[in-house]
Amino acid sequence: MSPRRLIAMSRKEFIQIVRDPRSLLIALLMPVMQMVLLGYGVSLDAKNIPVYVYDQEGSQDSQALLKRFQASPYFDVRKTVNSYRDLRYAIDSDRCKLAIVIPFDFSRKLRDTGFAPVQVIVDGTDDNTANLSKGYARAVIARFSADVQHNWLQRQGMPIAASNGNISVDTRIWFNEDLESRNFIIPGIVALVMALVGALLTSLTIAREWERGTMEQLLSTPITPSEVMLGKLIPYFMVGMADAALCLMMSVWWFGVPFRGTLASFFTTTALFLIVILGIGFMISVAIRNQLGASMIALLVTLMPTSLLSGYAFPIDQMPAAVRAITYLVYSRYYVTILKAIYLKGVGVKALGAEMTALAVYAAVIGLLATRAFRKTLD
Amino acid sequence: MLLKEFLEVKRDKWERFRLLVPPLIQMVLFGYAATFEVYHVSTAVLDLDHSQESREMVSRFTGNGRFDVEALPSSSQAMRGLIDRSKITVGIRINPQFGELLRKGQTAPLQVIVDGTNSNTALLALDYVGQIAARFSSDYQRDYMNRIFPEYQVMLPSAKMEERPWYNPDLDSQWFFVPGLVGSIALMTIVNVTSFAIVREREIGTLEQIMVTPIRPIEFILGKTVPFFVLGLIEVALVAVAGALWFGVPFRGNPLVMLLGTSLFLISSLAVGLLISTTCRTQQQAFASGFFYLTPAFTLSGFAFPISSMPTVMQWITYLDPLRYYLVVLRGTFLKGTGLAILWPQMVAMAILGVAMFAVSVARFEKSLD
Repeated sequence: MSPRRLIAMSRKEFIQIVRDPRSLLIALLMPVMQMVLLGYGVSLDAKNIPVYVYDQEGSQDSQALLKRFQASPYFDVRKTVNSYRDLRYAIDSDRCKLAIVIPFDFSRKLRDTGFAPVQVIVDGTDDNTANLSKGYARAVIARFSADVQHNWLQRQGMPIAASNGNISVDTRIWFNEDLESRNFIIPGIVALVMALVGALLTSLTIAREWERGTMEQLLSTPITPSEVMLGKLIPYFMVGMADAALCLMMSVWWFGVPFRGTLASFFTTTALFLIVILGIGFMISVAIRNQLGASMIALLVTLMPTSLLSGYAFPIDQMPAAVRAITYLVYSRYYVTILKAIYLKGVGVKALGAEMTALAVYAAVIGLLATRAFRKTLD
Repeated sequence: MLLKEFLEVKRDKWERFRLLVPPLIQMVLFGYAATFEVYHVSTAVLDLDHSQESREMVSRFTGNGRFDVEALPSSSQAMRGLIDRSKITVGIRINPQFGELLRKGQTAPLQVIVDGTNSNTALLALDYVGQIAARFSSDYQRDYMNRIFPEYQVMLPSAKMEERPWYNPDLDSQWFFVPGLVGSIALMTIVNVTSFAIVREREIGTLEQIMVTPIRPIEFILGKTVPFFVLGLIEVALVAVAGALWFGVPFRGNPLVMLLGTSLFLISSLAVGLLISTTCRTQQQAFASGFFYLTPAFTLSGFAFPISSMPTVMQWITYLDPLRYYLVVLRGTFLKGTGLAILWPQMVAMAILGVAMFAVSVARFEKSLD
């Protein structure tokens, strides 16, 4: 391997990147766009859930309960209606996501039987929002219930202590103390950007030489296959690392995501991940000589698994067993796990040993395969 | 012109592969992988009390289908390690005096440590913990009062929530994602295919050949887009049927309403494809530019992340995204069975956006020919 030829090759590739404004645009604008879009647009939290109320009773008790809903920051009580038909229309047209129906015998049941149901209708179309709002509603009703009990005991002349034999849940939330979904999504976006930029750019490098006919020229020089590969990938590697740094800066300084790990571990794992992505892109590029086909396949094997199976937004441990098994083959899974740990947990390499090893093995195998993939032949 | 374009799609094997296989793969993968639901929470329980009460509390967690008690660490230190290494999401710690406090009629704390990395999972898991604790609490209270005041027929008043999830009784994620996928896949395919087809003509140089024939630009545009319009309809039908059958998602509405919505939506998608083709020389450029439209279009549509949780400015921008309206139509027709009486605002919005975008594209396209 001759360093002179390697540098020449890299320089040529670098100039090509700089001269083509579109590739530069992809390389620099894409990370910024992804960060801004996902950083602002992605939130799974449910706040100000629009609520309609159908109070069949209109008693003191029912009003007391409804007041609690009005006071909750999670709910935005918009309107009171007088029939199920109106409720149905409101939910159908997305005017509300949750409806509270208080039955006509609410206070009587509360007094006489000790058990008064309150109906909570949720729009199940978006199952996640439905689950969250259900949880909040349950908490509001439980607090109401506890207070009613307390008053009841007082009136009965029972010692208040009797009402206390209960559990208080004392919650400690680690790593993402305010449960901000932004903090959970953004570290994963780094992986998404790497996959997108890396694969999209490299998958075209070899195919482009073939399409433009410059491959024949390259083959007639004394350059060796591994020099071609390294020469082509080094500039993209540098672009990738620059993108990673850009993402890191935006996530910490712009979005205020905590970064508790070390820069060294961040850049080491990013380098490993880039080797995998670039290697895959290069192999695709060698195998498919048509630019369009190459970029399509590249997306299929890099972006799609990274966005779906890496755990960046959709938790892996909730997937069906068969899909979970597949995720072990997805290299981004390890990278995303490490990224989240570096950002939020700040744990060292020790706790991440298994993921690090998996990623390193992946990088080694892909690197080796990529060197072998390119042959200096014309057919 | 129409005929030529149809023939081209039919002849090109690669094209057919690209049009049919990735959408189906995406549908299946997404259908299985995309869920925010929390079915099992990996849990560790640290019982420092070893009383009857604490054991009862622990058994409530082991007996609950949602919690997988995977470890019984012997110290707080060990539990901390498990969370650090992401082995568990929830750690439950019962302090030494748990049982004693309860027996005295006082409040006993149940310490819960949650890995908040995945905020959504953490939030749902906390809700489940809260439910278990509340049930334990009320059961214990009832027993306790019956023991202390046997003369009272205990009828502690309590209000209970009865939940009624409409349209998706099991709150199944697939019911939420499958209709959304139909729209996203249609958008992606149509934008890419349209922009590529025209850029290819330009690259190969056949665009000039066609232009010297007596065909008028508008005829050319219609000839180019009508086949893709038909293609879009076929693809939507295919993906919708496949998704509905495979994942068992109901279709409760009127297919004609969906057809109308799909047609209006396709107009705007075709317009975007056309617009991209006017600004690009090579297919690769078209591919990259497509991304700059598709990524925001997906993120802002409410496909996965609720629009109502976005910042206000972001919410305004979503009004410009045709996919936003189409998803309402799709989810409405699939799950809610709503008709035009409710969906007409979406239709009007899509029609306005579609016509405006198409007009801009045609104007730009005619200019790009000179």
